Amino acid sequence: MSTETVEPTYELTVNGVVRPVAGAHQGDSLLHVLRDRLGLPGAKNACEQGECGSCSVLVDGVLVCACLELAEAAVGCAITTVEGLAPAGAEPGDAALASDVLTDVQQAMVEAGGVQCGFCTPGFVVAIHDLLDRVPEPSPLDVREALAGNLCRCTGYGRILAAVDQVVAVRSRSNGD
Amino acid sequence: MTDLQAPPSRGGSAGGRVGDSPIRPDGRPKVQGRFAFSSDLYAEGMLWGRTLRSPHPHARIVALDVGPALAIAGVSCVVTADDVPGAATYGLISADQPVFARDVVRYVGEPVAAVAADHPDTARQALDAIVVTYEPLPPLVDAEAAPDEPPIHPDGNVIRRIVVSHGDAEVTGDVVVEGTYEVGMQDQAFLGPESGLAVPDSEGGVDLWVATQWLHEDRDQVAACLGLAPEQVRLHLGGVGGAFGGREDVSMQVHACLLALASGHPVKMSYLRDESFLGHVHRHPARMRYRHHATWDGRLVKVEADLLLDGGAYASSSAAVVSNAARFACGPYRVPHAFIDALVVRTNNPPCGAMRGFGAVQVCFAHEAQMDRLAARLGLDPVELRLKNALGPGDVLPTGQVVTGTAPVAECVRAAVSYPLPPPAGDGVLERPGGAGRTDDPSRTRRGVGVAVGYKNLMYSEGFDDTSEARVRLAGGVATVSCAVAEVGQGFVTIAGQIARTVLGCEAVVLEPPDSAAMGSAGSSSASRQTWMSGGAVERACRLVADQVRSAYARRLGVAPEAVARADDGSLVLAAGGPSVTVAEAAGDEVFEASAVHRHRPTVPLDERGQGDADVSFVFAAHRAVVDVDPDLGLVRVVQITTGQDVGRVLNPTQVIGQIEGGIAQGVGLAVMEEIVMDAGLVRNPSFTDYLIPTVADAPEVLATCIEQPEPDAPFGAKGVGEPPTISSTAAVAAAIRAATGVDVTRVPVRPWDLV
Repeated sequence: MSTETVEPTYELTVNGVVRPVAGAHQGDSLLHVLRDRLGLPGAKNACEQGECGSCSVLVDGVLVCACLELAEAAVGCAITTVEGLAPAGAEPGDAALASDVLTDVQQAMVEAGGVQCGFCTPGFVVAIHDLLDRVPEPSPLDVREALAGNLCRCTGYGRILAAVDQVVAVRSRSNGD
Repeated sequence: MTDLQAPPSRGGSAGGRVGDSPIRPDGRPKVQGRFAFSSDLYAEGMLWGRTLRSPHPHARIVALDVGPALAIAGVSCVVTADDVPGAATYGLISADQPVFARDVVRYVGEPVAAVAADHPDTARQALDAIVVTYEPLPPLVDAEAAPDEPPIHPDGNVIRRIVVSHGDAEVTGDVVVEGTYEVGMQDQAFLGPESGLAVPDSEGGVDLWVATQWLHEDRDQVAACLGLAPEQVRLHLGGVGGAFGGREDVSMQVHACLLALASGHPVKMSYLRDESFLGHVHRHPARMRYRHHATWDGRLVKVEADLLLDGGAYASSSAAVVSNAARFACGPYRVPHAFIDALVVRTNNPPCGAMRGFGAVQVCFAHEAQMDRLAARLGLDPVELRLKNALGPGDVLPTGQVVTGTAPVAECVRAAVSYPLPPPAGDGVLERPGGAGRTDDPSRTRRGVGVAVGYKNLMYSEGFDDTSEARVRLAGGVATVSCAVAEVGQGFVTIAGQIARTVLGCEAVVLEPPDSAAMGSAGSSSASRQTWMSGGAVERACRLVADQVRSAYARRLGVAPEAVARADDGSLVLAAGGPSVTVAEAAGDEVFEASAVHRHRPTVPLDERGQGDADVSFVFAAHRAVVDVDPDLGLVRVVQITTGQDVGRVLNPTQVIGQIEGGIAQGVGLAVMEEIVMDAGLVRNPSFTDYLIPTVADAPEVLATCIEQPEPDAPFGAKGVGEPPTISSTAAVAAAIRAATGVDVTRVPVRPWDLV
């Protein structure tokens, strides 16, 4: 280990599970700790500058770029990654369920063709969940504004927008609208 | 014609035949965050590799001291040019690029050394500790000057010159229009960084999991540099986060393997974004001078063009890119007399190579600007001028090659312009130029409409022996397909399953993970070739399996093989009548297996006059762009792109629209925002903060019509669909900006100060 390294041990609450983080470097980003220490590579590392949204996670319910967060600053917060998203009706962080059943957003993304290389996809999935949880029936411009922080290089966004429309339509119907 | 605006939902399940839109087999792990990209890989005892790169565009290396880096706790090893046991250089067409610079560096970002350490931060500190003494040399950054400047590389400053001379040079037209055009340096900007994991074996060999476009080509280049036999280097496809041509060249492959072999540990490398911008080739910047001759009634007579591409410091695929630029310089038109002089040169700028569209993008911007200029001179409608000269089957190209396949150029144009124009922009935050800033004055915003047409080749050209190999095994109703195609996002994994289900009538298809040791080469995932080449190989192997099943089934029934026919839907039909069964059902408990190699018809090199049947097949598209421009601030919003695209046949509607929308976004990016800005050999904007790619707020509405005319030679009649959307969309946007502003746009990307 290099000289400027200290070895704090702290715990992070990720997807409802308390996870000890041993031997971290003080400056480790939340993204690095999630991906390389906790074995949760769902948040991606496309720019590590907060420009691309591929590392989108929720910290205490707020959508953030994990690359811009100090891991140690997230101690005591509830962190939700793409791996911890659970279908409606399940407890958040029900990892067992999440591995079996796709959320409505995940299902719509694969059905509508919103996935090509897939590198941006986990970030989009988290960001779309965040948007639709806050704004159940967004206008087209609401959607574009909310997702403008997530870059995709493959799709040109058309099928991702189609996936959002599909989720909104299904949720509206199931809410009896 | 198929209107893809609302792709039919004929899928939704994991199955699906040719023509359906099943869910892609890697879709589920990708939406769950469980798909293993090459940057997600991990091995016990793994070290982190990083690369030291030149800060100078041109310099002599006077001294290199890695001692201070090795003294840092946690640093395992440092490798330099002295540690390369095999070939010192590598490259796609000519091996002119050093694994590590030895005496001289030729571009900013050229690798000088690499380290392996226990943590990414330790590796970064080690890079800082390496002492390199440079003696800066004057950089050669002007492509125009390169041929006459002292050589900056033993191979000289001219990478390739190609001349196409077709017809009578003395012929002139009634009308002549001239122009000089420039295209800036575009980046592929795939999101998944260059990355991979190299694991040494106990016998001096190495396994490398990596994101690439062609496993076997990488394997050969890596093995040569490591001084190992190809079978000692086993490449496995790591999940690929986009490619677009930027992963055709080797990046971290050799470095990671060297570090793994030197340290005896698995080594992971994953570039940061700034390093990625320096670590792969870019689209060639181009300067193009054109002269078009036409008759008064608007028929093209002659096109003359001088094309200059900046290849940067190393050759990469420049020799093929410049050939494409030359062959497609006139656009998809009947041009009886053509004289093209195309040059790609070496400079101390970043190396340039493959990017979606591969030389056709640059010339399309120029030839379409010329067509608009000509239309204006003749007082003709730009669409009418294009239709009047549109290439068709049986026409002769500037290379002398006759178009023997489909060429629905006029159909593409008509489809693109058939859509109603969009209504004026509303008052929404994102509906006006300037976006959320709402900076424009709506009363001054100007709308413009432009049209462009482009074309290029499918597959490799000029005599390249292009093949793909596939193996298919049918057992217990499950088809297992082995084909080393690099899935880069394009969806070959879906297409392969659709083909197997169609031919074998099975439901379950398993794709083996691509692996250079376990399967033959599938060729590159580039040149829009995999649906044709590897789709063809999979189809061929499936048909061989189906024929075996047919014979066995006939034997079992005690009839002659001819008494059983294979139907197009994957079933076997008895001549005597009775219920049909699928091939998979007829196979019963027996196991059938077959391999096949698919080859396209041969092509030939161009002769000294640029003549010859160099191409297999051609693909066409037309785009109409609608833009709003804020003339005070020079900001552009691309409102809508409509397109007609030649696809041969749609194998998967959802994936085709995905390629069209995604390709158009990259074309729009080149038109209005994407450029690697160079300053005396330095890259000024190697980040997503400063190199802008379209966001969802920038993406225009896309309406697409697929022109379905099955290509006679192509498996299922399908042409590749990946590149055409990127070729003429840029030119269409530029034309629309000209129409909106009256500014003679001769350069893309269009910058605000070009318009005010």
